[in-house]
Amino acid sequence: MPPQYIPVLIFAVLAAAFPAVTLLIFALIRPSTGAIGAKLKPYECGIAPEGDARGRYSVRFYIVAILFVIFDVETVFLFPWAVDYRLLGIYGLISMFVFLGILIVGYVWLYRKGALEWV
Amino acid sequence: MGDFLAANALLVIAIVKVVVVVFVLLTAVAYITWFERKVVAHMQGRWGPERVGPHGLLQPLADGAKFLFKEDPTPAGIDRFVYFLAPFLALSLALSTIAVIPLGPGQIELFGHRTWFSVAELNISLLVVFAITALSVYGVALAGWASNSKYPLLGGLRSSAQMLSYELSLTMSVVGIVLLTNTFSLRDIVEAQRGGVGRWFVIPQILGFVCFFISALAETNRVPFDLPEAETELVAGFHTEYASFKFAMFFMAEYAAMVTVSFMVAVLFFGGYFSPFPGTPAWHWTIYLPAAGGVIGGVLLLLHGLRYHTPLGRIVLPVAGLALTGVGVLCALAGVVEYIQGPFWLAAKVATVLFVYVWVRGTLPRFRYDQLMNFGWKFLLPLSLANLVITSLIVALMRPAQ
Repeated sequence: MPPQYIPVLIFAVLAAAFPAVTLLIFALIRPSTGAIGAKLKPYECGIAPEGDARGRYSVRFYIVAILFVIFDVETVFLFPWAVDYRLLGIYGLISMFVFLGILIVGYVWLYRKGALEWV
Repeated sequence: MGDFLAANALLVIAIVKVVVVVFVLLTAVAYITWFERKVVAHMQGRWGPERVGPHGLLQPLADGAKFLFKEDPTPAGIDRFVYFLAPFLALSLALSTIAVIPLGPGQIELFGHRTWFSVAELNISLLVVFAITALSVYGVALAGWASNSKYPLLGGLRSSAQMLSYELSLTMSVVGIVLLTNTFSLRDIVEAQRGGVGRWFVIPQILGFVCFFISALAETNRVPFDLPEAETELVAGFHTEYASFKFAMFFMAEYAAMVTVSFMVAVLFFGGYFSPFPGTPAWHWTIYLPAAGGVIGGVLLLLHGLRYHTPLGRIVLPVAGLALTGVGVLCALAGVVEYIQGPFWLAAKVATVLFVYVWVRGTLPRFRYDQLMNFGWKFLLPLSLANLVITSLIVALMRPAQ
């Protein structure tokens, strides 16, 4: 790891260690829980929970995840292009516009296909 | 001990800076909750916290004590490891973004070593910020999954889908600034805005700013995009099954994320640690504005405190006023006045953005979930893409390639 990243690591560790220590200390101090029965059940508006919580869920979420991957990969290409924009010059501009053009065609196709509709 | 300090001076400096920043940040997070409750209350014609301490100033401490001493039952059927991991992930990631943000100009002397006015000085700090904020989806998604309850699961799923959707426009709206500056370093981006309001990137990048701020509201799960914890439909969203201090950790993570976003808005679009006034001699007097603000605010607080209606307030508020006046006078001394400029203006900008955050909460109703997704995918994403295309064309026309 390059040395200038070490403070970030220390920061992340300390930011996790502080609540961990607090949690540990106050787990000893606070009144010990004799939680039994309904108190341990998952909350479902006060009624006994029905079935397993980790059931099926809407396929919409998978589509959002796939779309995210497509467009996020696009941003991955955009950032290095933007930082070297002056060096790449007009050639870089045209190449990126061709790439964006293909992507926008895909976006319009998705739009018309209804992939972006939630309901 | 002396040898150890000499040999590991850089490490010691890093640790000192980290401890100071984490302490200040956690205190700030505690008092932002007070600030938010107070501002929203006054917008709604209420008083807000009033009882615990003068003007409710001890409310954050009372809340903290309550969270720490609450019973903490672990629900049955949870995924134990993930259930405990999620709040740590959320809080640690939300806090550690601050490490790479430049807090003031140039370098300062610390233990005989020159060091940058930030915790870590990286040449790709912009990318690091996005990398860390992107990971914060995990805290929410894992908390929802591990709880073995239906409301948290729905909340966690909604929230991960929402954060993914708005992350696209969040990252893409910043590409315009990278095009203008050709750097990933937040310090270089701030330095490119030297010279007063006219040079701030909010002017050429107004579209990018709008996209960035709206996406950031959604990214931090704030009103009007607080669907993950929409209490009318999902009880409390992903943290329904969390109690006591573990709940407080999610709470702190949300506010720490707000602070991070405010820092990013200030740094990227509002000139970071630079004063809004141009650096010409005619505007030289503005370096005494922090001192003037401190003295005027302190005296007003003193006068107000002397007439406060509780005995404790009549002691605490005047003392705080005197202290503020003293800090103000200190800020006018030669040698201090130069150092105070960067942190003061950055803090002022961050406070303003935080106020806008609270203002939005006091004003707007919540989106419906399909409206939220449509807004992200069909409006913000094309808008940030358009901003990118327009910016690249203008940069190509105005500054020919070298």
